Amino acid sequence: MKNARTIRGLQAAASMLALAAAWQILSWVFPHFLFPPVQDVIVRTIDVLTTGSLLADVLLTAARIFGGLLGAFVFGAILALVIGRSQTIENFVSPVLTFFQGIPALSWVVFAIIWFHGTEFRVLFIMVITTLPAFTFQILDAFRSMSKDLFEMTMSFRPSRWKLFCYLIVPTILPGIFTAWKVNLGNAARVVVVAELVGATGGVGYELMRQQQLFDMAGAMAWTLQLVLFVLVVQQAINMLEAWTLRYRAVSERAM
Amino acid sequence: MTSAPVIRFDNVSKTFERPDGRGSFVAVDKLSFEIAPGEIVAVLGKTGCGKSTMFNIVAGLIEPSSGKALVDGHDPFRDFDYFRGKIGIVFQGDRLMPWRSALDNVLLGLQILDTDDSQARETAMRWLARLGLSGHENDYPHALSGGMRQRVSIARAFAVDPNILLCDEPFSALDEMTARDLRAEFVRLVRQTHKTAVFITHQIGEAMEIGDRVLVFQRPARIAYEARLSSGMSEAERQAVQQQVMAVLAQEPAPVG
Repeated sequence: MKNARTIRGLQAAASMLALAAAWQILSWVFPHFLFPPVQDVIVRTIDVLTTGSLLADVLLTAARIFGGLLGAFVFGAILALVIGRSQTIENFVSPVLTFFQGIPALSWVVFAIIWFHGTEFRVLFIMVITTLPAFTFQILDAFRSMSKDLFEMTMSFRPSRWKLFCYLIVPTILPGIFTAWKVNLGNAARVVVVAELVGATGGVGYELMRQQQLFDMAGAMAWTLQLVLFVLVVQQAINMLEAWTLRYRAVSERAM
Repeated sequence: MTSAPVIRFDNVSKTFERPDGRGSFVAVDKLSFEIAPGEIVAVLGKTGCGKSTMFNIVAGLIEPSSGKALVDGHDPFRDFDYFRGKIGIVFQGDRLMPWRSALDNVLLGLQILDTDDSQARETAMRWLARLGLSGHENDYPHALSGGMRQRVSIARAFAVDPNILLCDEPFSALDEMTARDLRAEFVRLVRQTHKTAVFITHQIGEAMEIGDRVLVFQRPARIAYEARLSSGMSEAERQAVQQQVMAVLAQEPAPVG
């Protein structure tokens, strides 16, 4: 199993190296303002990570992503559980959430700029509203997949609502919650950049806009990589937490 | 009967709507019976005869459409809190929570009953040991065999020390050897702890082995035959009862719809 994991890691590293090599070849063919050499991008990336004022922008974006996801998760989980218990509420709420899902993130950015003054509130609003439907539907699906057998077994002990929630509902929806976080993290990273690009004065999106104005491709790459690295690190952290929390799951040797 | 019945059905009927909206069907029709304290009653019947519906009514999982079902003098569906810790159920499948270890599964009922942590743990460990599962306390269900998982579910039902035990074909998915061992263990535990038990099965031999009384159901859950069994019965008498049960089951009409 350990061997298989090492092989998977090596394969992933090889594909990234191939991508970097392709980029490097393009930098030899085209002008550097279009395709800067890989080493330039790496230097600029490290520069952002090691310069306090620049790193603050990365952390600001990270905080906005977490804030938005947390808000959407809390509202989404509450909505999912309420919808899960009442068909009538679902009939009212689901169409609205589906309608919201169809609205582009950029439209929400425009709405937020028109409606609100505070930058942070605007970004938080955009993050929450764009990820809320996905959180709600994913948690609702997990709730609906709750085993009838386990529900009846638990009810045979006549638990209070709180104990039913803690002992059955939470463990049942936990895998769905992990999936929702993983899916929405990528979405949130994309949306936050759009929100910062248009409606903020700091963060990765704002810095990307500055690089575009300066026509600095290496800078644009470096700031993009900050976001990609952030998503990868958090995804990995979620994967590890998920593996530990769901360690009770049987894994076939075929799947290793 | 000498003492007040623990379980009493009085003209109980249960009708279900068909999922496709094509009317309804009667699963239990004007069923009446009584079960005395400490009695082990085996309920026999072919698949679809309504015994599981009767079981679910006793367990309080569904409500009768008409008639009165009383358990310990209370309505098992409406008096939800009254039955906390009073009914233990061993289901057909083990119904273990996959995210809980064997020990934590046995602890479930005790935690719901707010039993003190150390006392709950001690009780759960004792029941696991009693059912031959020492050393497997921390194993997750997927790491246990079918027989071991069913033992955990029996331990879970007994751990809360219920007055009434309901068992819905608990050994039907196990191989004959394991089922025989568990059956013997189950009867020993029920007798030792003086519980009232309803044991649903579709195997005549199992019903004869377990029950003080055998009720044979015919669709839609009406009692077609009833026999009292005692340890003093001769082999010939038991054979006669068995023959009678087989004859009644053979009369079962073909399923409808």
